[in-house]
Amino acid sequence: MSRNGRVKVAILGSGNIGTDLMYKILKDPGPMELVLVAGIDPQSEGLARARALGLRTSVDGIQAVLEDPDIRIVFDATSAKAHVRHAKLLREAGKVAVDLTPAAVGPAVVPPVNLGEHLDVPNVNLITCGGQATIPLVHAVNRVSPVRYAEIVSTVASRSAGPGTRQNIDEFTSTTARGLEVIGGAAMGKAIIILNPAEPPIIMRNTIYCIPEDDDADRDRIRESVERMVAEVQRYVPGYRLKNGPHFDRRETPWGERTVVAMLLEIEGAGDYLPTYAGNLDIMTAAARRVGELIAQHMLTGAVA
Amino acid sequence: MRPPRITDTTLRDGSHAFRHQFTREQVRAVVAALDQAGVPVIEVTHGDGLAGSSLQYGFSRVPDLDLVEEAASTARRARIAILLIPGIGTRHELREAVRRGATVARIATQCTEADISEQHFGLAKELGMEAVGLLMMAHMIPPERLAEQALLMESYGADCVYVTDSAGAMLPWQAAAAVRALKEALRIQVGFHAHNNLGVAIGNCLAALEAGADQLDGSLRGCGAGAGNAATEVLAAVLDKAGLNPGLDVFQLMDAAEFVLAPMMPFQPMPDRDAVTIGYAGTYSTFLLHARRIGERLGIDPREILVELGRRKAVAGQEDWILDVALDLLRQKQAAVAS
Repeated sequence: MSRNGRVKVAILGSGNIGTDLMYKILKDPGPMELVLVAGIDPQSEGLARARALGLRTSVDGIQAVLEDPDIRIVFDATSAKAHVRHAKLLREAGKVAVDLTPAAVGPAVVPPVNLGEHLDVPNVNLITCGGQATIPLVHAVNRVSPVRYAEIVSTVASRSAGPGTRQNIDEFTSTTARGLEVIGGAAMGKAIIILNPAEPPIIMRNTIYCIPEDDDADRDRIRESVERMVAEVQRYVPGYRLKNGPHFDRRETPWGERTVVAMLLEIEGAGDYLPTYAGNLDIMTAAARRVGELIAQHMLTGAVA
Repeated sequence: MRPPRITDTTLRDGSHAFRHQFTREQVRAVVAALDQAGVPVIEVTHGDGLAGSSLQYGFSRVPDLDLVEEAASTARRARIAILLIPGIGTRHELREAVRRGATVARIATQCTEADISEQHFGLAKELGMEAVGLLMMAHMIPPERLAEQALLMESYGADCVYVTDSAGAMLPWQAAAAVRALKEALRIQVGFHAHNNLGVAIGNCLAALEAGADQLDGSLRGCGAGAGNAATEVLAAVLDKAGLNPGLDVFQLMDAAEFVLAPMMPFQPMPDRDAVTIGYAGTYSTFLLHARRIGERLGIDPREILVELGRRKAVAGQEDWILDVALDLLRQKQAAVAS
């Protein structure tokens, strides 16, 4: 902990994600103090921006993070492969890793749904953008009436899908589907991702379909629960908007004709560094900042107790 | 011009018209008829490819892998193809399809997004499959950009890349220009997949052939999404008259269309009001029945929904936007009435 009573944090990775996260933490640090941005590319624009803002930077990757014993929380915005290596080193150094890569070393967390259960673990993972966007609403339906089946469709602007996503698109669908089940609470989950190349780029869209176990589940209670959850996510992702729905329909399903709840979401990024259409990236950095904030708060209250 | 290889997609693209309700018996009957008539490749999958069974696209009555197995055990000469759309299906289902007897992998992406298919082509080739790429909604980009995307698929191991006119929005000279661009850029084969929304499916196939296409898709009675595809039996007759028959029995295909498929079809896809709208507005052919269902449910003209989807540049697979557009239109109408 630093003298000002804040928890020192570092960002590992100075690409688009790391840089956007830097701006988010500086804009609203909460109980955190960002003390280091570490990359590996001396020419990186992210590092140049960090230096210009007066932050300490390093081009030695994780080394500089490990050398500073005061750093308690490390956001890893590198790659899945690099994170597997980083995870071990950070754990040994007693630092908490907030993993924005698909490495999935630690438990997957969605701040308003299950972060409370994982405030004491050394490594948490942020699943996928589609997972961060849709799991809260599956959970919102599930807490009113258990969800038999949840299906989500994430549509992102082509320009906002980097090579990592493009070369590993199967991992998006399987990881997100698992998240709908494990965190969202659905008995069965399915995820679809679509890249839309329109120019100007479209804002990230997500459609969430839920089939409640109880065909006559109270629709007003579902609406109210969804509304409450949207407000909770908006606390850390201001551009998270339910554009249409919950819309109730009757559909033919493998479980007979059933009530289907459809929710149509739009996520506009805050534009801290990334363009506003890239809500898919914004929700990842915004969720990471929120996770860091809550873990830091927990560390501070733990220290008092 | 050389005789093209024909792939029949009645049991895949036609799955849309059947609302994905094909039974094992229907699959056996269609495969047997096509196989006997000399069709070399038969595609069998949910209309939206492996794992397409969903609320977004409609649930399959019979799991599509079971239908693949049924088809593979029925065909004597024909090879069974499956469709895989990355983002919907994964390598997991591809492996399973091979285990069930599929030997041709058709891997489809939106025409600008070929680079999401690398891992799928890689696995298809590793499993010893023939790998065919489909660049969907090909009308949305100019021929030279389409060729760049096709080159990516070639670099991943594709044996052929199709110009896929998913919206049935291309005119014959546009189909020809796209095929020609791919022929000039690629070393592998080039195919063309037509939809009849503007009534030019067969004409587009002929234009593609003249431009050098090596492979064409058809479906019996043109049974497919939107106004359907180029009818396999018509293609056979036309190719035969052109002296380009690749070994199809024309009369047997006519009989298969008339006596095997037609009696089981829920309706005859044709360029009716909504289907022409799809070709005219350049939207995805499979939106047709979804737009009708939602339009009817909410009291909105499907044509209005389809035109708006075209304006929003919806791409392959965005069926969820149909509900979104319909709810937006409904709200606008209610606001207009209120004021």
